[in-house]
Amino acid sequence: MAKQEPTKKPIEVRTPLSDADVRSLRAGQAVLISGVLYTARDAAHKRMFEALERGEDLPFDVRGQVIYYVGPTPAPPGRVIGAAGPTTAGRMDRYTPALLARGLKGAIGKGSRSEEVKEALKAHVAVYFGGLGGAGALLARHIQTVEIIAYEDLDTEAIRRIEVADFPAVVVNDCYGGDAYADARTRWGKR
Amino acid sequence: MKHISAADISAKVADLCIRACTVLPPDVVAALEAARDREESPLGREVLSRLLDNACIAQQDGVPMCQDTGLAVVFVEMGEDVRVTGGHLCDAITEGVRQGYERGYLRKSVVQSPLDRRNTGDNTPPIIHAEIVPGKQLKIAVAAKGAGSENMSRLQMMDPADGEAAVKRFVRETVEQAGASACPPVVVGIGLGGSFEQCALIAKKALLRPLSDSSPDPEVATLEADLLELINRTGIGPMAVGGRTTALAVKVEAAPCHIASMPVAVNLQCHAARHAEHTWE
Repeated sequence: MAKQEPTKKPIEVRTPLSDADVRSLRAGQAVLISGVLYTARDAAHKRMFEALERGEDLPFDVRGQVIYYVGPTPAPPGRVIGAAGPTTAGRMDRYTPALLARGLKGAIGKGSRSEEVKEALKAHVAVYFGGLGGAGALLARHIQTVEIIAYEDLDTEAIRRIEVADFPAVVVNDCYGGDAYADARTRWGKR
Repeated sequence: MKHISAADISAKVADLCIRACTVLPPDVVAALEAARDREESPLGREVLSRLLDNACIAQQDGVPMCQDTGLAVVFVEMGEDVRVTGGHLCDAITEGVRQGYERGYLRKSVVQSPLDRRNTGDNTPPIIHAEIVPGKQLKIAVAAKGAGSENMSRLQMMDPADGEAAVKRFVRETVEQAGASACPPVVVGIGLGGSFEQCALIAKKALLRPLSDSSPDPEVATLEADLLELINRTGIGPMAVGGRTTALAVKVEAAPCHIASMPVAVNLQCHAARHAEHTWE
């Protein structure tokens, strides 16, 4: 039996996030997120970005908010949502700095972010959380309400306002340049 | 001659799509449990526990394990003495995928054109790979292949002189570049040899093998074991939070190739290694 270190207790995070909330988080911390999140992935990001380029408003006020990169499965009867785990964040990299500049405070996804996004997280005091990829059924249980608020024609890719309770995640990129994925390789990698 | 109706094939394919997306195969559950028990990283262990919980919850709640219920990749082995009645084989499979993704509340993740990105609305068409084999049986395997791991897969046409060291480096780099995007712990399917397209196909087929087996070819079996150790030394760990479990298994399928070629394909599969099959005998 290999030696096993104890698990650290997760930190409770409530949305929307203030600068002080963001500054209190460090890469590598496990968190439980409660409050409102907005869902958006590839197609919704493209539309939001195009709206900004045309000088139009975004479909919701992003200030202080956290976007969850997810495209859920249809809700079966009696449930508010189907499976709802994070998708790869890197595909949203080209759109993210513009949203952070508008006051977005966080995002939940999986996988590494670009250098541009990491710099924007520092510049605008924001945080990137890594969710439990492939745990869509478990994460659905942490989602209490779901309301489509924009781009309904995009179906699974529509923007939804959801309320979550104790939604598990890990701080991957904090506002100080910390990177949990890089730290993990240093800590656990063997030559 | 054995007769199988197209309607029967559609109904069974629909069931296979739903089963693949909601029931984690027992060999994958066993591999995740073993990984959880030996994982040294606290956060990594926590992730593995939650992935096992997720598999139970998916069945309890009748919800797919993962929201990316994938492209339906369908492998067919059709006996020469089988005849499909009342329709065509590929149409019957396509109809089954349509029915399964609708009835099972699975996500429709297929766009008609790669450039205009318009969703087909019913998760068709599936990707169908059919082989003609001797006999009277029909075997259909459905793999629900998510894009997170598929997007991080790679193929390279290497020089024969590059040798085994280059193959190992390419596989390790592929897993490293994928990081959390491929949803580790991954299953790594590797095609070695063949032609450009055969190499990719056998890499994908390798993902259908039981996780506990190893190649019947001793040389290839050694390569599989070496690669698994190499990948698990990267420290990437479950969902890239750090740990000893980056891959659950490595499966290599080798094939004869041209004297000038050494194609290598690495098809990554996320921990939700979803597939289900049925045989008409």
